[in-house]
Amino acid sequence: MSVAEQMTEAPVLDQSEGYVTEDGRKIGAVVMEMKNITLRFGGVVAIKDISFDIREGEIRAIIGPNGAGKSSMLNVISGFYIPQEGEILYKGSKRPQMKPYEVARQGIARTFQNIALFEGMTVLDNVMTGRLNHMKTGMFQQALWKGKAEREEVENREVVEKVIDFLEIQNIRKTPVARLPYGLKKRVELARALAAEPSLLLLDEPMAGMNVEEKEDMSRFILDVNDEFGTTIALIEHDMGVVMDLSDRVVVMDYGKKIGDGTPDEVRNNQDVIDAYLGVAHD
Amino acid sequence: MATASTDAGGLVSIPALLDRNATKFATKTAYREKEFGIWQSWTWAETREEVRNFALGLINLGVNKGDFIAIIGSNRPHLYWSMVSAQMVGAIPVPLYQDSAAEEMAYVLDHCGARFIIAEDQEQVDKVIEVQDTLHQFEHMIYLDPRGMRKYDHSALHEYRHVQEQGHAARDELTPELDRRQASLTYDDTCVMLYTSGTTGKPKGVVLSNKGIIETSKASSEFDNLNAGEEVLAYLPMAWVGDFIFSIGQAYWTGFCVNCPESEETLIMDLREIGPTYYFAPPRVFETQLTNVMIRMEDSTRMKKWLFKKYMDHARRVGPDILDGKPVSFGDRFQYWLGGLFIYGPLKNTLGLSRVRVGYTAGEAIGPEIFSFYRSLGINLKQLYGQTEAGVFITQQPDGEVRADTVGVPSPGVEVKIADNGEVFYRSAGVFVEYYKNPESTASTKDAEGWVATGDAGFFEPDTGHLRIIDRAKDVGKMADGSMFAPKYVENKLKFYPNILEAVVFGAGRETCTAFINIDLSAVGNWAERHNIAYSSYQELAGHPQVMEAIQAHVEEVNQSVAEDEMLSGCQVHRFLILHKELDADDGEMTRTRKVRRRIIEEKYHDLITALYDGSDTISTKTEVTYEDGRKGYISATLEIRDAKVVPVTTQKVAAE
Repeated sequence: MSVAEQMTEAPVLDQSEGYVTEDGRKIGAVVMEMKNITLRFGGVVAIKDISFDIREGEIRAIIGPNGAGKSSMLNVISGFYIPQEGEILYKGSKRPQMKPYEVARQGIARTFQNIALFEGMTVLDNVMTGRLNHMKTGMFQQALWKGKAEREEVENREVVEKVIDFLEIQNIRKTPVARLPYGLKKRVELARALAAEPSLLLLDEPMAGMNVEEKEDMSRFILDVNDEFGTTIALIEHDMGVVMDLSDRVVVMDYGKKIGDGTPDEVRNNQDVIDAYLGVAHD
Repeated sequence: MATASTDAGGLVSIPALLDRNATKFATKTAYREKEFGIWQSWTWAETREEVRNFALGLINLGVNKGDFIAIIGSNRPHLYWSMVSAQMVGAIPVPLYQDSAAEEMAYVLDHCGARFIIAEDQEQVDKVIEVQDTLHQFEHMIYLDPRGMRKYDHSALHEYRHVQEQGHAARDELTPELDRRQASLTYDDTCVMLYTSGTTGKPKGVVLSNKGIIETSKASSEFDNLNAGEEVLAYLPMAWVGDFIFSIGQAYWTGFCVNCPESEETLIMDLREIGPTYYFAPPRVFETQLTNVMIRMEDSTRMKKWLFKKYMDHARRVGPDILDGKPVSFGDRFQYWLGGLFIYGPLKNTLGLSRVRVGYTAGEAIGPEIFSFYRSLGINLKQLYGQTEAGVFITQQPDGEVRADTVGVPSPGVEVKIADNGEVFYRSAGVFVEYYKNPESTASTKDAEGWVATGDAGFFEPDTGHLRIIDRAKDVGKMADGSMFAPKYVENKLKFYPNILEAVVFGAGRETCTAFINIDLSAVGNWAERHNIAYSSYQELAGHPQVMEAIQAHVEEVNQSVAEDEMLSGCQVHRFLILHKELDADDGEMTRTRKVRRRIIEEKYHDLITALYDGSDTISTKTEVTYEDGRKGYISATLEIRDAKVVPVTTQKVAAE
């Protein structure tokens, strides 16, 4: 395909109601919008006046060199960090300051860069924790495990089992997480996030430290999740190849600033981005 | 039809057996499948509903009598049902090996001219789509698992459940047609067509009639007193005749329950949960299980190791006798009972074999050590000898007459004779009708009187009447000095060592024998770990000097044992090497049933064979490998060639001359 053809076929991004990608996926309207976000830790400015949006059903990547502020950005989205300036619009309305659990209740789930699973618990139990927000019975009822609590567990277990089936981890269902290799732990983390049935899924370096085969598997799962459940995905990733293949749009950050935003092709040809990755002297 | 009413009481087809079971065992569980972590089950009555709805759907899609329907996938109840549905509408099911590459599939699909294909999931659908342009008769594909299939062009693609629903919706209109088609099935109609794994050349389509399948199922069920209460685990490829007989033939004849595992990876866990009463596994599975047990015992505490050894020794001494009902002293029985309580019972439970009443192994020779291990635990493991063309059973071992080195007596209804050249022939009601579209092969295998050549050389033991198989008849050759060369005999002896996964012996027309060895990565890897030997790959471990030492010791032991056999003493291995890669079906070096393809290996590794005979110490080579997804790559290696000590047999040779 020539460059010219790509230009004509490239999706039109300013259509507010959404568009259809080349491979037939439906991308909807904007679900989350960051407006002029600035985040400071004391004197250090982690994020400097960044604005971008995430559309429904898309795979949105945030890339950048080490220390660019990518994880901070994700933590702002997940409500873990509260930016000093700027505002976040979620599903059309301004999001007030929230605790992470309140954000989770809004249908946002995440995975962590350095796996945060309960090592001593089985895969199944770990994934079940992802259902916490869907359980209404209290600790006491659950301990007695009668009536409503029992029914609720059965319902939630069903959702969890579907996720386990989806991610093909049936064979390690009862294995304690501590005994699993790194690549599988990452998959279990994804399973836990999926169990929450999120509408927006945040993935913090889902492929860090994986070998080629594990990366391929993970990429396929990310695409499948997006495809099957229509989940909107925002991900941070170092592996450029993976990002370019997976995502619909990419935000590039460097030293806390946004230096590029657009389709993978646009970003790839952006001079600022090339400089940031290949390295030029900063003044 | 004259035979229709006589032999099986009007039950002339699998669908007819299904109807009987749906009344006779209406509420009894017929199928179980683990899905979403729970064993889902279907009764015989429900099974009939499922099968009939799908059959109606097939008519709705335009399946005609006599069409071939290919079925590709792992053991799933729905795929088993689809075979019976196909039979119900007068079509012929052709199950395929699900791990075949697309080109291999293309050959079979084109050869049988399948108009319809039922595929398990996206992976199989993709393979068919890849080759569909070469398939001229192919029209529609039905898939079971809709995952990832949403964006596919659905003009010729249908979801299993939709086909069923559409069939169900049109039931008023189509039921008379379905009943008419089922009623027209006769005892001589084709029941199923199974492709041979193709040890030599292209796979051949073996046509088996209703008569063949039902008679065989009936006779073999009676032989082992199988009843409706049996539980089997269906995990062997559906394209293999054994699985068809066990999971469909015998299951429908006796009405027992077929359990399908959740996935290949969960097999061991599922086996433990189900606890089958009737169990079949190739020797390799038993070997792997035993190796795992032994490895785990090595890592265990001293006390446990001591207990295990003490009680296993006792079991080896008296276990087989107790199983065979021979007299054993009270003291020994008591100790065996104690052992059962603390060692054998828990061990059998871990292996998932606690409830096995009848267990079979076949396909390859099983190591006497391995065989006696299971028997001494009280597991009634027996051997049978069979092939696709026979509908499995040719000979099998009756209870109480079980030995590692024979394959038993002719199965009920089977006649066996040995030709002058040693080749085994058989004749029975269960033999195949023909090779599809291949009259020459049919004629060269089955003669006018119905005797079928097995291609195996063997003999009956005079005192017991048990059959012993030596080797493939065509592999049995002569060495340069005229002595007998039976490679499999030596290979089996080598393979009985847990460290050796596979061996290929050469020597036809040569002065001496040589061998390729494949190490068993799990056994040797564990040994390496315990001896602090670092390795990063199969290739590196295979070339390690200490591994070479260990394998050399095994080869020399085998030489000693081979030398004891007067007829075959010339087959001692003089030189050997350890291959840098595992022999693999994806590379065409083995069949899908994991039998070595001798000729292909000879061609592919001719440089290595030359090196084995020209006296060189090392050889550098580059080998093409095929990955699971069909891509190709190369690995290069420098292999060391070792001389193994042989036992001099000159005196015997002189005597023979």
